[in-house]
Amino acid sequence: MFLESKEEVIIEKEEFKPLIVAFCCNWCSYAGADLAGTSRQNYPANIRIIKVPCSCRVNPNFVLRAFQNGADGVVIAGCHPGDCHYSTGNYFTRRRLTIFTNLLDYIGIERERLKVDWISAAEANKFASVMNEVLEKVHKLGPNRKLRDVRWKR
Amino acid sequence: MARIGVFVCWCGSNIAGIVDVKEVAKEAAKMPGVVLSTDYQYMCSEIGQNLFKNAIKEQKLDRVVVAACSPRMHEATFRKAAESVGLNPYLVEIANIREHCSWVHKNKVEATEKAIALVRAAVAKATLNQELIAGEIGIEKRALVIGGGIAGIQTALDIADAGYTVDIIEKTPSIGGKMAQIDKTFPTLDCSACILTPKMVDASMHPNINIHTYSEVEKVSGYVGNFEVTINKKARSVIMEKCSGCGVCIEKCPSKKTKSEFEEGLINRKAIYTPFPQAVPNVPVIDREACIKFKTGKCGICKKVCTAEAIDFEQENTKIVQKYGVIIVSTGYDLMDLDRFGEYAYGEDPDVITSLEFERLTNAAGPTSGKLLRPSNHKKPEKVVFIQCVGSRDNTCRGKTYCSKICCMYTAKHAMLIKEKYPDIEVHVFYIDIRTPGKNFDEFQRRAVEYYGVNYIKGMVGKVFPDGEKLIVSGVDTLIGETIEIDADLVVLAVATKAKDDAEELGRKLSISTDTNNFFTEAHPKLRPVETHSAGIYLAGACQGPKDIPETVAQASAAASKAIILLSKSKLVNNPCVAEVDEALCCGCLECTNICPYEAISSKTIEIREHGKIVKKLVSEVNEALCQGCGGCTVTCRPSAIDLNGFSNKQILAEVDALCF
Repeated sequence: MFLESKEEVIIEKEEFKPLIVAFCCNWCSYAGADLAGTSRQNYPANIRIIKVPCSCRVNPNFVLRAFQNGADGVVIAGCHPGDCHYSTGNYFTRRRLTIFTNLLDYIGIERERLKVDWISAAEANKFASVMNEVLEKVHKLGPNRKLRDVRWKR
Repeated sequence: MARIGVFVCWCGSNIAGIVDVKEVAKEAAKMPGVVLSTDYQYMCSEIGQNLFKNAIKEQKLDRVVVAACSPRMHEATFRKAAESVGLNPYLVEIANIREHCSWVHKNKVEATEKAIALVRAAVAKATLNQELIAGEIGIEKRALVIGGGIAGIQTALDIADAGYTVDIIEKTPSIGGKMAQIDKTFPTLDCSACILTPKMVDASMHPNINIHTYSEVEKVSGYVGNFEVTINKKARSVIMEKCSGCGVCIEKCPSKKTKSEFEEGLINRKAIYTPFPQAVPNVPVIDREACIKFKTGKCGICKKVCTAEAIDFEQENTKIVQKYGVIIVSTGYDLMDLDRFGEYAYGEDPDVITSLEFERLTNAAGPTSGKLLRPSNHKKPEKVVFIQCVGSRDNTCRGKTYCSKICCMYTAKHAMLIKEKYPDIEVHVFYIDIRTPGKNFDEFQRRAVEYYGVNYIKGMVGKVFPDGEKLIVSGVDTLIGETIEIDADLVVLAVATKAKDDAEELGRKLSISTDTNNFFTEAHPKLRPVETHSAGIYLAGACQGPKDIPETVAQASAAASKAIILLSKSKLVNNPCVAEVDEALCCGCLECTNICPYEAISSKTIEIREHGKIVKKLVSEVNEALCQGCGGCTVTCRPSAIDLNGFSNKQILAEVDALCF
């Protein structure tokens, strides 16, 4: 009986399913995610993608709102530097989110919960591996409780 | 309250095999605003589309969500279908439950849960969707070609033949470009000038083509269909309309100290000159830095001898402002500087020359009238060594990482040209690899080896140094694993091609991007090879990457046809998903104007009523035709006054909320 209950505890711990919100730019990363689908690259179902025209459209507010509403990790994916469809958008993303990551550090959110990466339309493998990597890290960190709005029920 | 319809597609078993579509439809029906939720096997089929259209009409739906494949696949299909029954196409939202769900997940329960979340996000966004109407813009039916080499000439001729006016801007005094310098072309060995000069004349005689030589692009503003370009026409000091091209002025000019650019510095030219005898236009130009009259004020011989009274020392640079619908960039390439390659003794020993200098040396119209003579002592060489990949495929910081593509072929050509004229000259070629893909290319290179007996040595050269009258080329033959030394009379370097030095600057003016090597970047490496990311600007020739003549001409015609497609339209439809300013919130800091890569945001002063008084207020203003809808400005805006239609702050936040539900 004792042994069984211990196992149950372990199972319960493993059942933490982190929720990851991924903002993907329309031209590279969203297409990369599509290609991951076409080439049947498996990644866990708790990654939810939001399409934005460019990674520079992602306002840090969106990231905070995701954390507030119970997301455990956020990914922002854009075209590789130099390849932005809008020529310079991802440079702004890079700078803004570097500063924003520092802010997250300051308020006590682990910086591993936010990932900014460049995934081209051809990088289906990279898309899946980045998602798996973020998920693994967030899994280790456990649920995000710092910013979570207590009125939110999840 | 919105009346939303949700349509869940099975996509055969692609979605329904993993996702419980019935469950998704059932859950969707409970979402706020959803009045209809249904599923069907193939929503994109005709029956599926009819179901979609009828539901919109019968249920008076004002928003629709299709949970199906990626919006990149069928968003356009459903938008069109919605438009056909009178629903604004931008009220359609797609939930991607195939590529982003059923195809990447194996667990049915989790996949269904995710599909429901994705539909919930799409419903939340759709609720906030607004009708967007695409604007129309007119098109200036005129094309600008920047660069008058073979690429520019071909593009201009094609567009002009289609009936549109074309202006060519060329930096040097004549069109023709690099191809005019070349002696023979591979793999046919036909004379380069014989095939190029007729095209140059065609371009100059064409009623639809205007050529601005000795001119540069100073400023570009505007957008697709309506570019406004300022052209700086440098003072030629010769009146084009009066000059008869007799050449007496050139003959009598006493200043002979300037190296001829066209002859690659092998001989000098006068201060008043035409680059080459077949120049188009055949009007000389005065090099003000070399001219004695401009330097000391004493001379003016050319003016005295000119019977047409065409010389005008007072001429000034003029600026032309012209509107264009499309721009084609065909600025070509240059050879790399060899400052960092001291081992080849280029610049130290006159008998070490570049391949382009060799073209002039072997050209019948060149400085030696086609006789192959050593530049040092004007004697016929006995041994010639060619060194390939000088600076190409070089991973160190001094060279270029890419293959220059044309060197293997032109070196084989050069070797053959020597052997043809002087079978007694020994020819050696050092190479890393021979790369000859192309129609009749490999046969051509093999002919050099097998028929003409050119000695190909696989290996690189370590040093070239003078030994008496000779040059010792010390290299390694990797196939036999030995170092070898050849006492050559002439060494020809196949120097790497590079992008023009001012490519980046021009790219910035046109807001088109360049790659790490400063070649212009195409919109898609495979599917949009001649377009740039800026609508209405196209690329032709070696400014996009190293290319041979047939490829350049093919790309030039491709760019021309893209330009013609655009020019033939009566109106352009622009993307309505553009930024919009809320003037009441805008504080006039104009941060957004700095970030915009398209310079689409400007400022204006408006009058508002504040506390009963009318006050002036500075606000930003978005030019809808210029805005491409990246949304970068929305994040810089502190009062959140600027928002992006179709991807508004509220819409994205609603999606975030729905996904975290």
